[in-house]
Amino acid sequence: MNAYERLCAARKSGRPTARKYIEALCDRFFELHGDRLFADDPAILGGIAELDGTPVTVIGIEKGEDTKEKITRNFGSPNPEGYRKALRLMKQAEKFHRPVLCFVDTAGAYCGLGAEERGQGSAIAQNLVEMMGLKTPVISVLIGEGGSGGALALAVADRVYMLENAVYSVISPEGAASILYKDAGQVERAAEALRITAGELKEFGVVEEVISEQSGFEAACAELKKLWIRDLDEIEKLDSRAMLDARYNRFRKFGGLME
Amino acid sequence: MLNKSMFIKPRNALEGAGEKGASPAIPDALYRACPACKAAVLTQDMEENLLVCPHCGHHLRMNVEARLRMLCDEGSFEELWPEMTTQNPIGFPEYEKKLAAARSLTGRPDGVVCGTARIGGEECALFVMDAQFMMGSMGTVVGEKITRTFELAAERSLPVVGVTVSGGARMQEGILSLMQMAKTSGAVLRHSQAGNFYLALLTDPTTGGVTASFAMEADMILAEPGALIGFAGPRVIEQTIRAKLPEGFQRAEFLLKKGFVDAIVPRQEQKETISFLLRLHAPHERRDAQ
Repeated sequence: MNAYERLCAARKSGRPTARKYIEALCDRFFELHGDRLFADDPAILGGIAELDGTPVTVIGIEKGEDTKEKITRNFGSPNPEGYRKALRLMKQAEKFHRPVLCFVDTAGAYCGLGAEERGQGSAIAQNLVEMMGLKTPVISVLIGEGGSGGALALAVADRVYMLENAVYSVISPEGAASILYKDAGQVERAAEALRITAGELKEFGVVEEVISEQSGFEAACAELKKLWIRDLDEIEKLDSRAMLDARYNRFRKFGGLME
Repeated sequence: MLNKSMFIKPRNALEGAGEKGASPAIPDALYRACPACKAAVLTQDMEENLLVCPHCGHHLRMNVEARLRMLCDEGSFEELWPEMTTQNPIGFPEYEKKLAAARSLTGRPDGVVCGTARIGGEECALFVMDAQFMMGSMGTVVGEKITRTFELAAERSLPVVGVTVSGGARMQEGILSLMQMAKTSGAVLRHSQAGNFYLALLTDPTTGGVTASFAMEADMILAEPGALIGFAGPRVIEQTIRAKLPEGFQRAEFLLKKGFVDAIVPRQEQKETISFLLRLHAPHERRDAQ
């Protein structure tokens, strides 16, 4: 599949959303609502669950399944209160020493009037900083679309995995096409140029693992669970200083420079 | 990287030249028209007035050299990593051409100038983004230099003063540009955890991935009057909500009202204000000695 075909697969209606993964992977997910500042953002689903008997905090960007739910969830484009809810739950996880597992699936943070009024940029920035200092393991999985800063705000993690047909990009291919080629129709070309596929991103070191979708949803979940358990075990062996150093260096390395 | 409008239509000679690499950055005309009130002002008067229109107070965009001259004590600025550069890390079509044009326009290899300086006698590390270089977009070089500025400042217990202007992450470096948001945020955090002071001055326009990272992470956030500051660009929002934005939306004054910047400081007062704030955050020993 080329980049554009994967982009279409990542967006395809009927593709499993965050809730489906959480239900398949965790025992008894208990949802927690609200950012304690403004509202509860339905585009972000968060709560506590058990993973093989271990308590974990789970946070996912949820696009919704049917049309009605999609509208309720703003098609998975969070507002600032969504990112602030996520941050509240992460700080709670840190307090109780439980790992944070994130699912990323968004076209991007919402570009609306209210979102700007309530500080979309500030909310995302706050998450980036706080996640860099969060003294508990964080693993993020890109399950569908990884749209720019709105995706990164849940992906400053010790490990980042990607589903085979997920995409992760600094700008939507439509946005890039309209800027570069003055033609939003040139999406295929832009998708290719931006290098948004799981395979390419693994080569860049942006993601550690690519999870195959060849054998269906259950098999992908089993693979994901195996990776979680392996990596959480590995990360938990580090003291918090070493864990945070490793997390910083994971992002520190992206340069490609000459002097 | 959502501020698409920055890239679509060159709005003035400054940006247009970036595309073609042709005309000089600042026209050598005798008069300059204020973009806000349209008054014709002697170029020399405009420059002596720190590029603020003497009629309406509109703040024109200021380039890196003028900004450094205005802020730093004479002869105190020492540039760091001036040669740092990149090729085309993700092999993006036509990127080399774009880079070459921006380099010939600005005479610099990328979009930020970093160093150490004194501002009103106060020592600091400093970065100034460059609107003339691909609209101040952040790629690997910008991200790396800003990260190093915070790392060096943390090592030497120096405050950081950052002047931002940016259309957001640089799409030609793809996901590597997005990673710079996380990387710079990590560097800001480490500098901050060591008890050091970071002051940001947001100038027109500061948007996208820069707003959503280090611009909004400072201990104190100052803004220039009238500066456009936001996550999404106005055009993108208008397309999303299918309505016109109200007057003054996303301007510095709006952000002040909504609680996202600490103060709006006109250009004439910036140096004095910044040196005052730096002095109040100087280590005790040094403050006591004064």
